[in-house]
Amino acid sequence: MTLTKPGYGRPLDIRNGRIEMHHGSGGRAMTQLIDELFMAALGNTYLAQGNDGAVLPEAHGRLVMATDSHVVSPLFFPGGDIGCLSVHGTINDVAMMGAKPLYLSASFILEEGLALADLKRIVESMAKAARAAGVPVVTGDTKVVEQGKGDGVFITTTGVGVITNDTHLSGDRARPGDTILLSGTIGDHGMAILSRREGLAFDAPIVSDTAALHGLVATMLESGAALRVLRDPTRGGLAATLNEIARQSGTGMLLREATIPLNPAVGAACEFLGLDPLYVANEGKLVAICAPEDAHHLLAVMHAHPLGAQSAIIGEVLEDPRCFVQAVTAIGGCRIVDWLSGEQLPRIC
Amino acid sequence: MKYIDEFRNGALARNIAASIAREAHSVCHYNLMEFCGGHTHAISRHGLADLLPANIRMIHGPGCPVCVLPTGRIDQAIRLVLEHKITLCAYGDCLRVPASDGMSLLKARPRGADVRMVYSPMDALKLAQDQPEKQVVFFAIGFETTTPPTAATIKQAQALGLKNFSVICNHVLTPAAMHAILADRGGEKLDGFVGPAHVSTVIGSRPYEPFARDYGKPVVITGFEPLDVMQAILMLVRQINTGRAEVENEFTRAVTVEGNRKAQALTDNVFELRDTFEWRGLGTIAHSALKLRPAFAEFDAELRFGLDYRPVPDHKACECGAILRGEKRPQECKIFGTACTPENPIGSCMVSSEGACAAHYTYGRFKNTDIMTA
Repeated sequence: MTLTKPGYGRPLDIRNGRIEMHHGSGGRAMTQLIDELFMAALGNTYLAQGNDGAVLPEAHGRLVMATDSHVVSPLFFPGGDIGCLSVHGTINDVAMMGAKPLYLSASFILEEGLALADLKRIVESMAKAARAAGVPVVTGDTKVVEQGKGDGVFITTTGVGVITNDTHLSGDRARPGDTILLSGTIGDHGMAILSRREGLAFDAPIVSDTAALHGLVATMLESGAALRVLRDPTRGGLAATLNEIARQSGTGMLLREATIPLNPAVGAACEFLGLDPLYVANEGKLVAICAPEDAHHLLAVMHAHPLGAQSAIIGEVLEDPRCFVQAVTAIGGCRIVDWLSGEQLPRIC
Repeated sequence: MKYIDEFRNGALARNIAASIAREAHSVCHYNLMEFCGGHTHAISRHGLADLLPANIRMIHGPGCPVCVLPTGRIDQAIRLVLEHKITLCAYGDCLRVPASDGMSLLKARPRGADVRMVYSPMDALKLAQDQPEKQVVFFAIGFETTTPPTAATIKQAQALGLKNFSVICNHVLTPAAMHAILADRGGEKLDGFVGPAHVSTVIGSRPYEPFARDYGKPVVITGFEPLDVMQAILMLVRQINTGRAEVENEFTRAVTVEGNRKAQALTDNVFELRDTFEWRGLGTIAHSALKLRPAFAEFDAELRFGLDYRPVPDHKACECGAILRGEKRPQECKIFGTACTPENPIGSCMVSSEGACAAHYTYGRFKNTDIMTA
């Protein structure tokens, strides 16, 4: 085997090329893929060192770590793609603990046959999202699986962040009487995916809300409001998130359905497909639970941030050892907002 | 969402609720059956029972296609897909219906069954075109609403000359089930029917006339929105109070006396009555379901694959039968919410969100226990 002289190598054929098994074999093809595609987009001083791990500077405070795998289908959807989604998802998980996100790792499982042009688009979208958020990808990994054993690309990202003050947010801190706030409309991400997947075209386009929420969280923390819980209602939607918090805290919850923001196009699409928007995924929204006396101040702070402009107070925490989440319906009746049973939707995040 | 908001208006609902409360005689009991699962879901989803006085009881009828599907029919489909290595296409709700030996179409998948969820029979037809080397069978269920699309698909398959597409027909008829309920001992306890919405857009209001004329039961056809249901209940209370038994139509924005003639003709062209059909909970009912006419025999999966039907008795503790007949409420079943939950349904009423048990479990079970705060 002879090595190609520097400058004699053929560049990666991004326009027509596809992922092949040798892109994951540790040889020259893998190095070339990393250099010409991943490094070109994501490059920073940590990645440039070319080590298997990144040595990070000291962080003063408590560290927060979160990880999230992304298996969304289709890879590209209105409002985003699996690349930016994988950055936003993990940044949000770190931010919901009250931390400032600092670094990300990214691990790719590529399916043989994936178009390099698609991979490039995805990685560039990741890089753009990471740059916009100010959170670099400092280490990564790629593996290739045979055709039919993946779904184009799966991306796992892990995030590290730091809490430098005495913020303590946790799903078990909700107390009866607390106020429940939501940062905007529900169901946009899930319906954007579904409308794309089912080939449904609606008059008003439905766009995923995928976004990094750490900026909004920072302003909420600075407001001084007594925050108990922050959580992003992703899979299973608002209903699943509130049921999780209710169970962790040993409380009940009462929502007023009419106060929950909903984009009319999403509402119409849900009606059309027989879905309940409370169970549809979001990727750029958060639920906040705070002391009742701080609720209106916190709401004003959220309204002032572009990602919280449609924030609303949607309910309150109740004493209820059965941990039921209930809702007063628009028509004035009462019902349970239960855990989702079975699978309402195919893979969406 | 202008076309829906008006029908979910809280202030209007309170007005109708006030009229119902005013007009319903406190000494009388009004046992009203909503036939359709769509109404059951609307009542539970919007908490309508909270707006009704205690002497109006809504009884959840058998109009949920998944709930009335007997175990033997699912067993038959599972045998077909596993033994004949075909691709079976079904609506989503069918996949979780419990079959014998803890199986379901969904659980058959990891055992090698090629079972696909479709939104329309046309999706199954397209799959048959895309994989000409493999047999594709559509598992057709539903009342009169879903029958015309199945008929149209079969006609399309015939026009295309497809040799690898067929249908297991489980389409059933609403009036036959209503007759069975009224002819049964439970029927005399019913004071009136909230009549089907979508089914009636197809069959019209005329087929309900015998229930008013012969059985003396008022029927009010109504839509699936909460205000529709409230208005229908008010109209039923008024009929009962004045001793009338008529077919009234609240859903005039979609239902006519004659129904959809074109859909009826299409159905009639492709299907004919079965002599008998087994319904879960209601038993075997004569002339209550459809099968393919001889002219379309090549698309009848039961004939193509020589399928035999083996009836299976329901689970001993399961009260789905009594619940579907309106004799019991979900919470009166011993296994409701304990052995039988939406995650592990034992009876079919726990499967579909339109099923009486699933609707009560999902939206209303907190009412069975003490409420701490309202």
